[in-house]
Order: sequence, then structure tokens, then C-alpha cells
Amino acid sequence: MKKVWHGFNGGTWQSSINVRDFIQTNYKPYERDEGFLRGATQRTEELNKKLNVLFSEEQKRGGVLDIDTETVTSLTSYKAGYLDKEKELIVGLQTNSPLCRGINPFGGINMTRNACKAYGYELSDKVEQEFLYRTTHNDGVFRVYTDEIKAARRCGVITGLPDAYGRGRIIGDYRRVALYGVDYLIKCKEEDKRLAGENIMLEDNIRLLEELFRQIDFLKKLKEMAEIYGLDISWPAKNAHEAVQWIYFAYLGAIKEQNGAAMSLGRVSTFLDIYFERDIAQGILTETDAQELMDDFVMKLRMARHLRTPEYNELFAGDPMWITEALGGMGEDGRTLVTKNTYRMLNTLYNLGSLAEPNMTVLWSENLPEPFKRFVAKISCDTDAIQYENDDLMRPSGFGDDYAIACCVSAMRIGKDMQLFGARANLGKMLLMSLNGGKDEKTGVQVAPYAPPYSGDILQYEKVLELLDFYRAWLAKTYVSAMNIIHYMHDKYAYEKVQMALHDTDVHRFMAFGAAGMSVLADSLSAIKYAKVKVIRNEAGLITDFITEGDFPTFGNDDDRVDTIATQQIELFMNELRKKRTYKNAEHTLSILTITSNVVYGKKTGATPDGRKAGEPFAPGANPMHNREKNGALASMNSVAKISYDTCRDGISNTFSIIPEALGHSDEERYENLAGIIDGYFSQKAHHLNVNVINREMLIDAMDYPEKYPNLTIRVSGYAVNFHKLQKEQQREVISRTFHSFM
Amino acid sequence: MTNIVNYDSENKFTGRISSFQSMGTVDGPGIRNVVFLQGCPLRCIYCHNPETWGKNGGREITEEELLNKIFRYEKYIKKNGGVTVSGGEPLMQAQFVTSLFKKLKSNDYHTAIDTSGIGNLKEAEELMLYCDLIICDLKFTNNADFKRYCAGNLDTVLEFLHLSEKMRKKLWIRQVIVPGVNDSEEQVKKLKEIACRHSNLEKIELLPFRKLCVDKYKEMGIEFKAENIEECGNDRLRLLQSIVNVK
Repeated sequence: MKKVWHGFNGGTWQSSINVRDFIQTNYKPYERDEGFLRGATQRTEELNKKLNVLFSEEQKRGGVLDIDTETVTSLTSYKAGYLDKEKELIVGLQTNSPLCRGINPFGGINMTRNACKAYGYELSDKVEQEFLYRTTHNDGVFRVYTDEIKAARRCGVITGLPDAYGRGRIIGDYRRVALYGVDYLIKCKEEDKRLAGENIMLEDNIRLLEELFRQIDFLKKLKEMAEIYGLDISWPAKNAHEAVQWIYFAYLGAIKEQNGAAMSLGRVSTFLDIYFERDIAQGILTETDAQELMDDFVMKLRMARHLRTPEYNELFAGDPMWITEALGGMGEDGRTLVTKNTYRMLNTLYNLGSLAEPNMTVLWSENLPEPFKRFVAKISCDTDAIQYENDDLMRPSGFGDDYAIACCVSAMRIGKDMQLFGARANLGKMLLMSLNGGKDEKTGVQVAPYAPPYSGDILQYEKVLELLDFYRAWLAKTYVSAMNIIHYMHDKYAYEKVQMALHDTDVHRFMAFGAAGMSVLADSLSAIKYAKVKVIRNEAGLITDFITEGDFPTFGNDDDRVDTIATQQIELFMNELRKKRTYKNAEHTLSILTITSNVVYGKKTGATPDGRKAGEPFAPGANPMHNREKNGALASMNSVAKISYDTCRDGISNTFSIIPEALGHSDEERYENLAGIIDGYFSQKAHHLNVNVINREMLIDAMDYPEKYPNLTIRVSGYAVNFHKLQKEQQREVISRTFHSFM
Repeated sequence: MTNIVNYDSENKFTGRISSFQSMGTVDGPGIRNVVFLQGCPLRCIYCHNPETWGKNGGREITEEELLNKIFRYEKYIKKNGGVTVSGGEPLMQAQFVTSLFKKLKSNDYHTAIDTSGIGNLKEAEELMLYCDLIICDLKFTNNADFKRYCAGNLDTVLEFLHLSEKMRKKLWIRQVIVPGVNDSEEQVKKLKEIACRHSNLEKIELLPFRKLCVDKYKEMGIEFKAENIEECGNDRLRLLQSIVNVK
């Protein structure tokens, strides 16, 4: 046994890469309360203060503190940078100085150039020259995109495709670097490459060999990057301090290389607990030291930045990174995976103040220790910075007990699964296109193939369903094609070398599709079925508005008449996607998630038969439309819980906002009730819940007086954001969204 | 859903409800379904549910439909919460509530009514057999104010409270604190004195007068008589609550 592993229980993890086995044979579940936690040390507070000054400086400068326009980001292109060299326990910055953003043109040089311009910078000639004869991911994609895909993209029936920046949603198993050291990882990849060399050389195998070459190359670069900071990560971490540092370096390497939309951290807290426990047992670390390391680690994560264009922020508001850390959950043997370090990670929200990153995600199980349930409910009431996902649903669905969450809701076995991510299709717009014979209702442009438009004045349910069948098939084909092109090109021109080096070579791939506007579509079809919907056509004969007479059931009231329409429409769409072959034979998955893009989707969609006006925002994720819930929060949750996770393996996002007074009289009552709501919701095989305990008046006030509410964190579907980083329109949307304020 | 209620043709109760709230956390312990019944004999000037006043408003619902609705929330409400019937005035449809509670009790749900205590005592007694908690809004502690602001009679309420004690039912006493009307320390002490006469009392809850209901009155085209009264501040409420806290 290696000396650095002294004190650990042995297992199969010693003879091959198997982090899960290491955790299972070594971790210590913790079932008691938060009483052992320590506050921030003076060092932490001083460092955090310094960081907060930089954050507010960044806000003042319009959201970007500085851009290094001369240097193309990579693992070794910057010298060592520090927030405070003397005080930092964990080191490493993305660029030379804190919060300075690097240039990452591999996804697309246009986006980089525009982003620089938007913040008053000019992309340097040096970089322009360097990329003059270089193909970016974006170039590749647009060489192949058909006119039809471009039109679908332009009109917004498919939006948010990662065709101009990194696709993201890939989670490297950053823990491997700490447990095994980079040299061993290189050795394993070299062996995989040797074995692959024995196969017949056809396209797939040739590509695999090149990918392995690049993975090994970048593992070497990762070592060089650590050397810039005077540290040698060739070898496994010797102690907890090194374990945190090694993991952070691995993550840092990934975000220096890639600017993917979501760059999750994975599930590191319980892994690290094993190191903390060992050091504490050996008397070389105290509880205060342990918390300090976690605080410092989280400060580093909070400093992660990518350069984005304002249009990107319009779609994914709040400058997000989605550094998602999955916390808690249960093991397959019935022991909880909550450890003391799970508490420490959450405690950073108190020690450093609430912030959106890292994106704390609690894997909820009915069997979680009661004190832990109370603790996270308390944090939700205090900070709004946690989201909850149903471990009792994901664990038995093939993900086991060592999965993490990419972005907001996408489960993946760490180091074993990856996903090919791709935005979402706009189901509300699909309906309007179906009525208009494939034309965009906003511009009149023929986007989809022509079919005779709806001819009568009153919409007949069966006739509308028939038209939907035709256009759904077209949309699915166009969407899968776009995704296949994107991921082919991304692999070719912007392959994730560090992250894929931290996966098994024989990786399982998902292709993650998405749908937006589910509740708009369901309510519209409900209106057509149960009320009377008359169409209004413009001069050009396009259906652009509707007059709806009579009552109809709406999604969000636990009413099967409309809830089954929602579940059916989602299943139909997924079935259609599954009929189309995917790049690298990835497994189709679907999410009902919008983050904040529900505002943009709404903007791009004309009036709908449910009474939604043209341009009005959709509900986020799988949420019911605003103010259509008449039976309170639990009825709304019951409706969303009916959407099948089997159909939507990439996640079903639900955002729940409530004023504190409506959760109970006393704090303790609120914690207990909140935990009870989550238990009740998840016991029905529901998947995800964002919790906002906040009041409407406070948000309205915060819109006008941001200075009164520094670091006001709220949760939008799947993600916590700083309220002030949202654009005014998004702020208004958040406020108008139903607050469950029944008292 | 696991609970199925079987009906024979003679046993088909219907009631009138104003609304159904799937999530209530402030009308009894834990997470609760709250059923707002239609119809109320009182006309409190500060009432925030004027839509529940008339006997013929709301909608008719069968006991079966209501029970099946409630059973949909079993996973949330059964552990620590339950079902609260509020209103309107639950005692105005006491037989319906009694029958509903009978079924709920046989399925192990916690039951509560949120009442003014004004109704038929004979029917109330029957209802209490199947009710775990009585939340009684003791609106005023003297007959003159009770009559003036609510058009009701305090003595009837006192008899109701007495009955709840006799039936050994847990009792919460509530009062809405309306500034300038019943927010003096003296009045609140009187409330405590009356409440503490009952051995079944568990707690006293003061609720702040709020004007969130203004729009409802406007929509209904009726006068909101308390429109010019200011809302009860949190600090004032906290102070008064500290006076009435029992135990």
C-alpha cells in the first residue's frame, strides 16, 4: 500500500480507478446536528472581505472587472495569480489576477470579440491573427448547418444551442487527481490507448486514439499548471489540505480550458471528509482548520468567471457558472452519505455569506438523518441558496450512489457518464407553427415545411393534435440534426481534454434535449378542448391571436384533465426525438428546464390560446403558468410531480417561492414544514425543487434599492442567482411569478 | 391513492365550499389542507374573506369529491399536519363537517375547525366527537364590541368554549388585533383571562389585522368598513403576543 494511503481501508480502489469504492470503504456517515461547526476565522474574514470588495467593484464596472485580451486561456498560459498570497490556503486563479476574465475563442471568435466590445475592450490583434486561419467550433457548426436549422434557430423554436461557446455539462471526476495523482491517471490512459491500438483502425477507433492522445497531453499540462504554483500533483494528496488543493487544481484546469455553459464540481464533500477525518484522528488538523480549508476552497470557486456576451446573459441571467456540488444522499447499502464535511460545505454559506456559487444541491432522501433535514431547511429559510433533488428517485434509476448533477438537474455517474448538451425546443411556438402551416407567427417566414394551415375559426382539439403530430416530427428531426452537428464539431474543434481525461475511457454518453413552454402548451390545448378558442388572423392570413371563451382547467391545480395533456405532450415529444439517431449513439434524454431563458422564449413566441399575450414570459421549467394556480402550492406540486422522470431523465425543474409567514409561525415550525413539503413532494417520484423563502415586497424594494440588499440570492429554475445580476425584465418576471402567499 | 370511500345512495353528503387550499401552515399544527366553507352568520368589519359570507355562493361539492381531493395530499399532511375546516363558519354546515371528519378520522387524519364558536351547540357537540383541535376566534371580550363590530353575541361563544372543555378537546384561542379597536394591553389581558378559564386551552394566537383583502371588497362591490383603520404592526403584535403567551 502506498504510504500516502496510510490509514485508509484497502479495497479494489487500490488496483484500479474506483473512487466510489474508496468512499464506500472509508467514509464515516454523520447523523447528528450542526453543533460541531465552526465560524469563520479572522484570516477567512479578511480574505473574504477583500473578495467582496472585488465583487462590488465588478458590479460597478457593469459586471466585468477586467479582461486579458492578449492571452488565449489555457492551462499554462498565465503566470501564478493570487487574491492574497500570504493569506490563501488554496491557490490558483484562472488568469493572472482575481476576477480578470480570460479569452477563450475556441468555441467561437465572434462571441469573444463581441464580448470584449460589449465591456469596452478590444480583442488584441495578436489573438485575432492567431485565430485568423484557425477553425473554431462555431465555424465548424456553421459550415454544416442547413438553412432550415438556421431558420429554426433564428425564430426561436429551438434556442440556446451551444454552437458559439463550450457545451459544458461535463463533470470531470476531479477527485481522481487527489486520490491517485496525475501520473497514475496518465499511466491508465496510456494503457487504454495501447489496448485501443489493437482494434481495427476505423473512424471511431481512430478518433478514440486521438482523443486519448489529447487527454494524456493535457494531464501533463495539468501537472505543469500546478508547478507554476510550486506544487507537484504527480502524486496522490498526502493530507486534507493537499486533497482540497489537488481537487481545486483539477477543476481549475477544466475551467481554464473550457468555457462550457455549466461546469459542475461534482460530489467532492464526502470524499474530502475521509481526508479530514484521517488528519483530525492523527491530530494534525482541527475542526477550525478543516472549516478554514473549505471556506478557502469555496472562495476560490466563487471567483470563477467566463467572458460572455450580453445576449448570453439575456438567456442565462446572472453570470452563472453552475459550479454544482451534490451534497448528501444515501448509499446503496442504506447508510447516509452525509458526513461532517457535507455540513462544512453548507456552512460556508454562513461563514462567507450567501452567494449563488457553488450551486449547492442537496440530494434528498426520505431517509436522510432528521438533523440534516432540519439544517438544510434552516439554510433554505436563511439564504435561499439550496436546491433539492430526489435521491430516492435517481439512485435506483441507474445512477447508483456516486452520481453528481451537471448544471441544475442532470444526473450523471461521476467519471462514467457524460452528456452532449443542447438547449431546448419551444413547445409553445411549435403549436403556433403547426396552426400556421410551418410559418413563424411573428415574421411570417416559412420555417418548417409547408402543410395546409388551420382553416376554421374555432380550434378543434382533434384537428390541432393532428397538425401537432406533423410538426412535432419535423421539430424533433431538426433538433436532433442540429445537436449532432454541434457535438461532432465540438469534439473536433473544442474537445474537453482535461475533463474527459478524468472520465473512464469507455464513457456512456447522453444526448440531453430540452423542452420549454410545457405549461403553455398544456393550458392552450386544455383551452381548445374544454373552452371555445376562436382564432384571429392578420392581413397576411397568419393566426396571431385568439379569443378564448369559457372556463378550462389549467396545469398546476392537480387536475388530471389538463395534467394528462402535459404528460402526454412531453412523452410524444420524447418519442419523436428517440426515433432519430444521435451522434456517437448517445442515449436520448430530455429535461424540462429553462433556468431564466423562459423570459426569452416568451419574447419569441406570439400569443397562445391559453390567454398568454404575445411576448409574455413562459413559466420557468416545469412550473405552471403564473397566477393560474388556484389551490395553493401543494396542488401545484402535485401537477408537476405527474411528469414522468422515466421520460425526462435529464431532469424536471420546479421552482417554489413562498413568503416566510406562509411556512409557519415560528422558525422551528418553518424548518419542519419545509422538510415535510420536500418529503411529500419527492415521495411522489417528483424530481427537483428550488426553494425560495422570500417575500414579494422585499423583491420589489430590492429592484429599486439594490444597495439595501447586498448579495440577495434567489433561486430560479435549477440555479441560485444574485438578484441584482438579473436584468430588470427578469427581475419583474421573478416577482410576477406566483408567490405562494396563502396564510 | 390508497383511500377509497364507498358510498351508498342514502349517504351522499354535499356541502358548499368557497375554496380549497392545499397548503396551510398557520391554521393548526404542521402542513394542512384548509377547506373554506361558504356561509357565515357574522359580519366582522375587518373580515378578509367577504366572499365566504353568503350562504349561496361558492360551489357545491360532494363529500366524496372533497375526500378524494384531500387524500391526494396524504404524503404531505398525514405525518404532522392534517385538515382544517375554516370558512365562512364551519358550524353552519356542521353535519357535513361531522360526516367528513368521521371519514378522515377513520383514515387517521388530524382534524381541526377554525370557528367563531357561533352555531348550533347540539350539532357542534356531535362534530367535536371527530375533531382533534378547536381553533376558536374569540373576536371581542365584551358583548357591546362583539355586537358592534361583528354583529354577533359573545355569550354564545362562551357556551361553545365551555362545551369544548366538557368534550376535552384541545383548544386554541385566537383574536385578530385591530388597531384602535382591540389592541390595548388591557383588552388583551382580558382575552387571556377568559381563555385561561378553560382547562383545555393549549395556546392563544394573536393575528395582525391586514388589508390584503381590499381588492376583494372592490371586486365584489361592497364596502370595506375597516378600510381606514391602519394595519397592525409587527412590533405591536409581538408585544401583545408576549402578554398572552401561556405556559
